[in-house]
Amino acid sequence: MDATPAPTYVLSGETGDWEVVIGLEVHAQVISHAKLFSGASTTFGADPNSQVSLVDAAMPGMLPVINRACVEQAVRTGLGLRAHINHTSVFARKNYFYADLPQGYQISQYELPIVGEGTLILDMPDGSSRTVGIERLHLEQDAGKSMHDQHPSKSFIDLNRSGVALMEIVSKPDMRSPEEAGAYLRKLRSILRYLGTCDGNMEEGSMRADVNVSVRKVGETGLRTRCEVKNVNSVRFVMQAIEAEATRHIEVWESGGEVIQETRLFDPAKGETRSMRSKEEAHDYRYFPDPDLLPLEFDDAFVDGIRATLPELPDDKKARFISDVGLTPYDASVLVVDRREADFFEAVAKDRDGKTAANWVISTLFGTLNKMGVGIDESPVSAENLGKLIDLIADDTISGRIAKDVYEIMVETGEAPDTIVEERGLKQVKDTGAIEAAIDEVMAANPDKVEQVRGGKEKLLGWFTGQVMKATQGKANPGMVNDLLKKKILG
Amino acid sequence: MSLDKETVRRIAFLARLDVPDDQLDPLAGELSGILNWIEQLGEVDTADVAPMTSVAEMTLPWRDDVVTDGGYPERVTSNAPDRHDGFYLVPKVVE
Repeated sequence: MDATPAPTYVLSGETGDWEVVIGLEVHAQVISHAKLFSGASTTFGADPNSQVSLVDAAMPGMLPVINRACVEQAVRTGLGLRAHINHTSVFARKNYFYADLPQGYQISQYELPIVGEGTLILDMPDGSSRTVGIERLHLEQDAGKSMHDQHPSKSFIDLNRSGVALMEIVSKPDMRSPEEAGAYLRKLRSILRYLGTCDGNMEEGSMRADVNVSVRKVGETGLRTRCEVKNVNSVRFVMQAIEAEATRHIEVWESGGEVIQETRLFDPAKGETRSMRSKEEAHDYRYFPDPDLLPLEFDDAFVDGIRATLPELPDDKKARFISDVGLTPYDASVLVVDRREADFFEAVAKDRDGKTAANWVISTLFGTLNKMGVGIDESPVSAENLGKLIDLIADDTISGRIAKDVYEIMVETGEAPDTIVEERGLKQVKDTGAIEAAIDEVMAANPDKVEQVRGGKEKLLGWFTGQVMKATQGKANPGMVNDLLKKKILG
Repeated sequence: MSLDKETVRRIAFLARLDVPDDQLDPLAGELSGILNWIEQLGEVDTADVAPMTSVAEMTLPWRDDVVTDGGYPERVTSNAPDRHDGFYLVPKVVE
C-alpha cells in the first residue's frame, strides 16, 4: 500500500482497536480450447468423463505435454498485472490424496513461477485509488469434480475438469478491509476479462478465492498467525468471510487464546467459518520438480509478441477518460469496469460532450439495465440512439424534461429518438408567437398574480414559467419562456 | 541424516502405506542408511554448477491449443472397480 495510511477499517474489541490483514489467492481458469497438459476439451457442462484423455485419468506411462496457449495466457495476464515475467519457470508436483486427483499429485509451480511480482490498483467507491502488490502468478492443473449427494455410500467422480489450466494469482498481504478485498476481486476480474484470459465467472467456479486473514492491534507492525478460508465463490461472501474470521480471531486473542494456523471453510448460511480438520494432516505437500517436465523457457520475442496484442487496460482507459474526456475519477472507474460498457460509452460520447454522455450512460441507462436485469449487449437503447437523444437536447430540439419521456419511449419501443419526437410532436416550441400566446392566456387568467409580480414579488415568476410550460405540454423552451415573461410582465 | 520412528510413521501415512508398528524401527534404519549414502554427494562443490534438469540435451516440447483427445468415457472408466452413468464411483469421501 501507499505509505501507511491510518487504518480506515477498525474492529474494536474489549482490549482496544484491531486492524485486519488480508491476502488473497485467486484461482482463475485459463481460457483455452484444450487442457494444460493434454488435448482434451475444456468446455463447461459436458457429459461426465467425456472430456478426459488418458493423461487426465493418470493412466500409467502417459506423459504431459504443455499447451502453448496456456503459457501465452499466463504471460498475458502477468503483463496486465505489470508483473515480472520469468523466462524460465519450473513445474513441481504437489502431493496429496483425494478421489478426484487421479495422479495423486497436482502439477503446479512452486519455487519458480512463470510470473513474479506485480501490482493491482484498487478503485475505491469514494473515487480514491490504492495499490496492492501481487506476489506471483503460477500455472497449475485443476482437479476433477466430486459429487457426494448422489448415493448413500458412494461419491461420484467426474474428471472433465481434471487437468484444465488454472492461474493461481497470489496477492501480498496488503489489504486492510473487506471493501478493499472486494475491490481487489472486482478489479482483477475486470482485468482478466479485458485480457480475455479468464471469463471471471465466480458462480460457475471459473474464478475462486482463498482468503488469508489475520488481525493485529492498531499500531502493531508484525503479523500474527493467519488462517486460510478456502474456496469462497462470490465477492460478497469473501467480504462476509473476512469479517466473520477477523471477529473470531479477536475473540480468541482477547480471551487469552492463540489463533492456530489452519484451513477453514466459510458457511454463508450461518455467516461463520469452521475448521476443515480432515485436511490438516494432508498439509505436507512434499513439492518436488516434476521429472516428466523440463523447465518452461521462452525468450523476449515471445513476451514482446504477446505484449503487442494487449488491449487498452482499465487503468489506462480510466486515465484517458479523466484527461481527454474530462470525467471525474469515480465516473471513469465505473465506466471502465466492463470493456463492452466502456466501448458503448465511447460510442455515445464520440463528438459529443463527454460528461453529458457519462451522466446518461451511468445514471439513466445503467439504471434501466439493472431494472431489466440485462447486460449492455441486450440494451434496448443503442449507443447510436442515445447519442442522437443527447444531440436533440443539445440543439434545443427538445427540452431536458421531454428528453426523459422520449428516453422512456425508446426503452419501450427501441425506436430512434428523432422518429419519436417527430411522430409524437414533442419538438420544443421555439416560436416566439406561440409562446407569447400561451403567456398572454396565463396572464389574462391571473391578473392578481401579475400585479403581485409587478409589485416586487419576482419569485412568482417561477410559478408563471410552470403554468406556461404546462399550457404547452412541456414543449416550450424554458429559457425563452423566462425571457418573454420578464419582458411582458415587468416590461 | 537419521530418521526416527515417528518420522517414518508420518511418511508412511502421507504415502498411504500401512506399515506395522514392529516394522517402523527397522525401516527407519534402512531409510537412514540410504539417506546417509546419498548425502556423500554433499562433499562435491557444486557452487558454480547449474542444476541439471535433464540428461538429454533438449527443451520442453509445446503443443498447439487444439482438441485432439477425449470423447471416450467408456474407455477411461473401463478399469474402474465401480462406475455409473459415465462416473467413477468411489467409497464416499465425506460423511
